[in-house]
Amino acid sequence: MRILVVEDDRDVAGFVAKGLREAGHVVEHADNGRDGLFLAASENFDAIVLDRMLPGGVDGLRLLETLRAQNNQTPVLFLSALAQVDDRVRGLKAGGDDYMTKPFAFAELLARVEALNRRGKTEAPVTKLVAADLEMDLLSRTVRRAGQKIDLQPREFRLLEYLMRHTGQVVTRTMLLEGVWDYHFDPQTNVIDVHVSRLRQKVDKPFPTALIHTIRNAGYMLRAE
Amino acid sequence: MRADLQLALHPLELLRSAGLRLGLIYAVLFCLSALVLSAFLWWSTAGLLDRQTDAAINADAQGLLERFVEGPEALVETIQERLAANVDDDAIYLFTDALMRPIAGNLERWPRVITNNVEWAEIPIDRAGVRGLARIRNFVLPGGFHLLVGRDVQARAELRRIITNALFWVPVIVVVFGLAGALAVRGLFRLTIADVAAAANAFSRGDLTRRVRTSGIGDEFDRLAQEINTMLDRVTALMDGVRQVSNAIAHDLRTPITRARARLEDAASSARNEDDLRAAIERAEADLDGIVAVFQALLRISEIEAGSRRSAFTRFDLGPLLSDMAELYTAAAEENGQALEQDVPPILPAFGDRDMLQQAVANLLDNALKFSPPGSTIRLFARTAGGRLEIGVSDQGPGIPPEDRGRATERFFRGESARNTPGSGLGLALVQAVAALHGGVLRLEGNDPGLKAVIALPAPSVASAPLPSA
Repeated sequence: MRILVVEDDRDVAGFVAKGLREAGHVVEHADNGRDGLFLAASENFDAIVLDRMLPGGVDGLRLLETLRAQNNQTPVLFLSALAQVDDRVRGLKAGGDDYMTKPFAFAELLARVEALNRRGKTEAPVTKLVAADLEMDLLSRTVRRAGQKIDLQPREFRLLEYLMRHTGQVVTRTMLLEGVWDYHFDPQTNVIDVHVSRLRQKVDKPFPTALIHTIRNAGYMLRAE
Repeated sequence: MRADLQLALHPLELLRSAGLRLGLIYAVLFCLSALVLSAFLWWSTAGLLDRQTDAAINADAQGLLERFVEGPEALVETIQERLAANVDDDAIYLFTDALMRPIAGNLERWPRVITNNVEWAEIPIDRAGVRGLARIRNFVLPGGFHLLVGRDVQARAELRRIITNALFWVPVIVVVFGLAGALAVRGLFRLTIADVAAAANAFSRGDLTRRVRTSGIGDEFDRLAQEINTMLDRVTALMDGVRQVSNAIAHDLRTPITRARARLEDAASSARNEDDLRAAIERAEADLDGIVAVFQALLRISEIEAGSRRSAFTRFDLGPLLSDMAELYTAAAEENGQALEQDVPPILPAFGDRDMLQQAVANLLDNALKFSPPGSTIRLFARTAGGRLEIGVSDQGPGIPPEDRGRATERFFRGESARNTPGSGLGLALVQAVAALHGGVLRLEGNDPGLKAVIALPAPSVASAPLPSA
């Protein structure tokens, strides 16, 4: 992916850019709003990581609003120290696709940036998801692995669907909580882990290879080995 | 008192005084109403007298003119009859021929000021040596005859003069009284707000216990004073909160920060290989995450307590939301060997902030799962009763001793039994803040054994009205 990082703090920008490059992405960096807007408007990016408070007269919200006014639909992830619910709502209303607050874990950022890219491409209705020998029919709401039918609870179905839609990508616990349960808070207990482990009992345990992998310090990934 | 000095020194400041302004408005209104009243009085007394006289003259003349049709002699006869019958002696007639020689009537000669083209006149007359004032109407009759019909209005003129005089003095008196009233209003106004100003002044100088006195009459000023006092209470509560938070940060965040710092320092100086270093860094990272989580919880609580989230309130169905929560936590509870039961009506209309209520219930469930022993039962329940919407979680854990329940919702408070479990001591504080945001309370009760935590909110029909300024 070609990613633009607009962030004025040199350490944070360097950290993000380095991490994204290591994950195999091409990264451009702008350290103020004006340059960021220029780059975003003149070149093609798959995603933009955007700070909200920027020097140079153009802050993140203005930048995004200008971009959207030009009908530029590049997915944007806000990365901001403004963490109140209202700030988040404002960011999303201005046309942001996701909102992360500082401080952040890089794994979470990476997972969300990669999910952004995916989001743009799944506009066309999909009726069937496939990963290795695992098949999900979204119309009849059935799941088969190696031809064998697997019975899932509705919630387990949605959890697996989310993982399959992000095959090959890391999904964090927060992403699952937001994407599957539509919750916007951090539970202190390992509620998500328990649900994933139950799903594994049904999807992975009876079969020789595991598809759902735990990614240390990050979350989970459904991956066809 | 300093403000008073300024008022005395600068006339411009004086004009800016709201008390004086009110007083002047009062005076102007008072004067206007008095003037309108005077005008009305004048019109309905003096004016009425004039109109009555004119009406009498017209009626009189009408009768005489009808007689004149029968001939001048008939008119003369009638005039004499009427003069004889006029007890008040105020009627005036003069009937003359074409050369203005009197034929009948009680005027000795034709008044010079009355010419043919004058219809109405007010003239001085001299009757039998007594000077008077008469209102006269002049008629020119066929055959060159002339007729004057009038009334002596000396007495009425006298009366009108007295009334007019009185009405001339009224404005003077009104202005004097109006100004006195204005000063009184200003004084009253000043007196009433002096205490408010003094209390506000004392409060902003740091006396947080100072409140505005209320007279107990329950008038507008009392209500204002109550509103101000409520506001001051709220400010005090918020300041207490801030102080509590800064104390808590000073005491409770120092520990994990110290721990993280020590780990890094120790690793930097004494790690023997990369694995040691990596492990130390990862533990420090976890510590920092913990600190960030505490900060986020603290900021979230402050955000909720500030009350700005009320603008995001919506109507929604709490039933499915709670069932989903129960489903989310059931798996984790079973993993711990606990049972999670739910007793939630399928439809439960609520009004509020969906995410915040979710967070609050999640905190209660987190606590219940954390503190309950294996084999015990946790219940998530909700019901509408007596105009209140209650959402609660009960467990069979160690509970909170009654003496600690009041403090359990303070930030960073951790009960004896919670000392050795992970947690920040902010969970219940957040639940409490969410309950307060919705105009409700968090009740902590015993469950014999265990704890029953109930969020009691006003039922939606009540809650959708403007919330009390809690």
